[in-house]
Amino acid sequence: MSLDPATVRRIAKLARIRVEAGDVGRLQGELNDILGWIETLSEVDVSGVAPLTGGAQIVLRLRADEVTDGGMAEAVLANAPDRVGAFFTVPKVVE
Amino acid sequence: MLTDLTITAAAGALRRGDFTARELTQAHVDAVAALNPRLNAFITVTSERALEQAEAADAALAAGEAGVLAGIPLAIKDLFCTAGVRTTAGSRILEHFVPPYESSVTANLLRDGAVFLGKANLDEFAMGSSNMTSAFGRVENPWKRVGDAEAMLVPGGSSGGSAAAVAARLVMGATGTDTGGSIRQPAAFCGLAGIKPTYGRCSRWGVVAFASSLDQPGPFARTVGDCALLLGSMAGFDAKDSTSVDLAVPDFAAACRRGVAGLRIGVPREYRADAMPEAMERLWRQGLQWLRDAGAAIVDVSLPHTKYGLATYYIVAPAEASSNLARYDGVRFGRREDGHDLTELYERTRAAGFGAEVQRRIMIGTYVLSAGYYDAYYLRAQKVRALILRDFTEAFGQVDALLTPTAPTAAFAQGEKMDDPIAMYLNDVFTVPASMAGVPAMSVPGGLDAQGLPLGLQVIGRPYDEETVFAVSQVIEDAAGFSAMPAIRAGVAA
Amino acid sequence: MSYTIEGATGIWEIVCGLEVHAQVISRSKLFSGAATDFGSAPNTQVSFVDAAFPGMLPVLNEECVAQAVRTGLGLNAQINLTSRFDRKNYFYADLPSGYQISQFAHPIVGRGEVEIELADGSTRQIGVTRLHLEQDAGKSLHDQDPARSFIDFNRCGVALMEIVSEPDIRTPEEAGAYLRKLRTVLRYLGTCDGNMDEGSMRADVNVSVRHAGEAFRTRCEVKNVNSIRFVMLAIEAEARRQVEVWESGGEVVQETRLFDPARQATRSMRSKEDAHDYRYFPDPDLLPLVLDQGWVEGLRAGLPELPDAKRARFVRDYKLPAYDAGVLVAEQSTADFFETVARGRDARLAANWITGDFFAALNRTGRTIETSPVPAGDLGALLDLLGDGTINGRIAKEVFEAMVETGAAPGEIVERRGLRQVTDTGAIDAAVDAVLAANPDKLAEYRGGKDKLFGFFVGQVMKAMEGKGNPGLVNEALRGRLAS
Repeated sequence: MSLDPATVRRIAKLARIRVEAGDVGRLQGELNDILGWIETLSEVDVSGVAPLTGGAQIVLRLRADEVTDGGMAEAVLANAPDRVGAFFTVPKVVE
Repeated sequence: MLTDLTITAAAGALRRGDFTARELTQAHVDAVAALNPRLNAFITVTSERALEQAEAADAALAAGEAGVLAGIPLAIKDLFCTAGVRTTAGSRILEHFVPPYESSVTANLLRDGAVFLGKANLDEFAMGSSNMTSAFGRVENPWKRVGDAEAMLVPGGSSGGSAAAVAARLVMGATGTDTGGSIRQPAAFCGLAGIKPTYGRCSRWGVVAFASSLDQPGPFARTVGDCALLLGSMAGFDAKDSTSVDLAVPDFAAACRRGVAGLRIGVPREYRADAMPEAMERLWRQGLQWLRDAGAAIVDVSLPHTKYGLATYYIVAPAEASSNLARYDGVRFGRREDGHDLTELYERTRAAGFGAEVQRRIMIGTYVLSAGYYDAYYLRAQKVRALILRDFTEAFGQVDALLTPTAPTAAFAQGEKMDDPIAMYLNDVFTVPASMAGVPAMSVPGGLDAQGLPLGLQVIGRPYDEETVFAVSQVIEDAAGFSAMPAIRAGVAA
Repeated sequence: MSYTIEGATGIWEIVCGLEVHAQVISRSKLFSGAATDFGSAPNTQVSFVDAAFPGMLPVLNEECVAQAVRTGLGLNAQINLTSRFDRKNYFYADLPSGYQISQFAHPIVGRGEVEIELADGSTRQIGVTRLHLEQDAGKSLHDQDPARSFIDFNRCGVALMEIVSEPDIRTPEEAGAYLRKLRTVLRYLGTCDGNMDEGSMRADVNVSVRHAGEAFRTRCEVKNVNSIRFVMLAIEAEARRQVEVWESGGEVVQETRLFDPARQATRSMRSKEDAHDYRYFPDPDLLPLVLDQGWVEGLRAGLPELPDAKRARFVRDYKLPAYDAGVLVAEQSTADFFETVARGRDARLAANWITGDFFAALNRTGRTIETSPVPAGDLGALLDLLGDGTINGRIAKEVFEAMVETGAAPGEIVERRGLRQVTDTGAIDAAVDAVLAANPDKLAEYRGGKDKLFGFFVGQVMKAMEGKGNPGLVNEALRGRLAS
């Protein structure tokens, strides 16, 4: 599987990374090199193998339903690049 | 020199009153001031805070209430969030981020009295094997090739700043994180001991995530025993991390004294790189001989899927990273580039905030998860990952630990391998399989290559059996008698 | 009940499935310890986990899992003892982490069903495909500033149950009945308050149309409809639009649309159009969720009686008509109220009073059963006064209105106002004599064969007795005098 320029642009869009038109070719080459290399996995026989989804071989722990967090709007907002009062802001979203 | 002491020795001396924590910290603060401008091992230096912590340690020592690490100066990889101290992950996108919380691992170290000298440099978001991708500049390995004072070597990565700082005696130990070798490879390149514990042994809470199913904090130090002390403090169950394992923390320092008599040590026949230097081959054979001499039986084993480890890793890790790094969007914290609409704000922020390697991995990760490719890449990689784990499980049915080289080569020079991401990725060929399987693995310095650069051996153990890893590593350390020191270090004019 | 759209090319049938997002009742969020209260000051119910700060990790709330299982049991659904959380990746202002933690491949609840009842008394089974747990998003305010949207993450991370129906719904009425029934079940279970005004229950409506017997055609999803009435209107509007598209030779495009209640029409939601590639993958911060069968059985044992079972019991034990029983079980509180009133009394009389005068009084006063001015005990006492002859039926209505107005107990009102029924035959006879004496002409007409005037005399006697006469005795006395 090899990426064409349109796919590079689509991935960049999905990843929300601006790619200048002049960089698409370079990225295409780099990504295809890496993809070509990981292609070696296609030679492994994985029939009947259950995928390993996580690093830990344990099951999920649950926590009690208690309010133990929040109530600190200032701390949550302290690093905000832009805010109005107790709100974060973004350029106006039109739905 | 105070800066040459081991943690174990310094802790004893502090309790005896041979010197104060303040004096010990001051010696390291001075070393940082003298050498960090050159090595660039720290992104943020917190000398004042360190000296305050040292004074608190002195008070605790005087009161007889000191923790095991009271007054011990450490470097903290700048991937651990530290309350009130800027945490960058080596990225422009977090250049001014000050976390209001302390990671669980660093909180454990503070609980035990450790002194933090600053935040250590790293590859951006821990993505790299050379520390060349940090937005805050490359880190210089304090080791030099014999007869070549010019060539600046890489310290390895991603925890390169941590390794360089410990090797150059700017601190006595450091935290790192290891996703595919980010502790073990820099430990090998800088002549240090470093352990990636079992996945789940150290909490990931408060550690900037790279690849969640692989990331695992661990320590660097100049001896195996010091690593045991540090890990004993860092490890432990944390209810805030759903992948943290609820097991008591063993006495790792005691495990270092167990020896290897009666143990079976496996030699995986697949751990041979094409261009592995003769010195590395020799050291590996030597390591096996040391263990045999100490009473271990050496057994040939096979880990047949080893050669697929890296390719698997370069699907799984970027996939998780592409999702983990979506939160850096310029809205709640971190860098923001304005845009006339939300999408433009995101795209410009992330293009400006992330470096080339991070962007590359996010793109790869996005691609392998995207519709139509998930099964061919991600799902297949997870299946191969299961096979890699099965390899280890089967090997550990025959042996108690494995011995391998840590990396195919010694440290390389800055600028080498930069044009070819894949050549760079190959650094991790021996470290990645243990990461994929989640098993503990330690690099311990075994000797020098022909150019006088340190080489590391990797000891891999069963899940949650760091004790055997420490026992084996200690025997190697004792037998190797590794006493070489880097050219650039505290007290030595560079 | 058939509902079709008559187009130029023939008869069209609607195919509809609903995805209901029901906010789970819990104190804290699905993966963080922040509170879930509605209407708090902006960003005060936000933890660093909710705001997706670096290094923050999710930890699953046990109660939210229990609520999902209870709901699954209440929908007679398969409980999956092993389920998993996946990440649904997309960028949006109200989604801090850039992914929603949801259950894509392995939901906690599998197939179930909901029985709906339609106006003609028929019932239908609507299949439930699955129920899964996921995080709610934050809230964007678009009208506060000319250039910016404001973001509040209070709701971000609150647990939702997404309940997906099969495409079994064929009419707007069925959609309404399904939603009402689902809401009733959720409220009975205490797993969601079903409050659509506050957004704690929202529906995405999948609509397509086809000629009878055809395979499914392309569907559109109308997002975030927030009332049952609007869901019904949206289905109608969207189905009509699709019929027009097909019949004008066009092709319905699969897309996300919004319902505009003012125009009673749907419109394309372009903001969601680009990149429908959510890149689901198992969340590596969370391990598989494995439930213990015994734990599930414990939850099953603790379930309340659900509306279907309760209605059947009301019909069986209280001999209520099915319709009345259905009305009474629509809300748990109404059913409880009824049972308190009916216990040891005439159950049908109790049901009539509750569905009649009592509901009318609630409507008129704008109260709910929880804030009713007449507690169940007082209504029961009123029925007792009626039953033991202390008051008659007409006076009972008067006493009830006084109870609504004053909140006083019925016995007290009867005593204070002197409303006891008169059973003294002497007093009744006197009143009868007086009425007959005062209406000689009417008496003559009656005797002349105009039997209908009997009612007139009863009314006059009761009037003379200020309504307090025992109707039976008044009848008896009148009959005696008129016959003599």
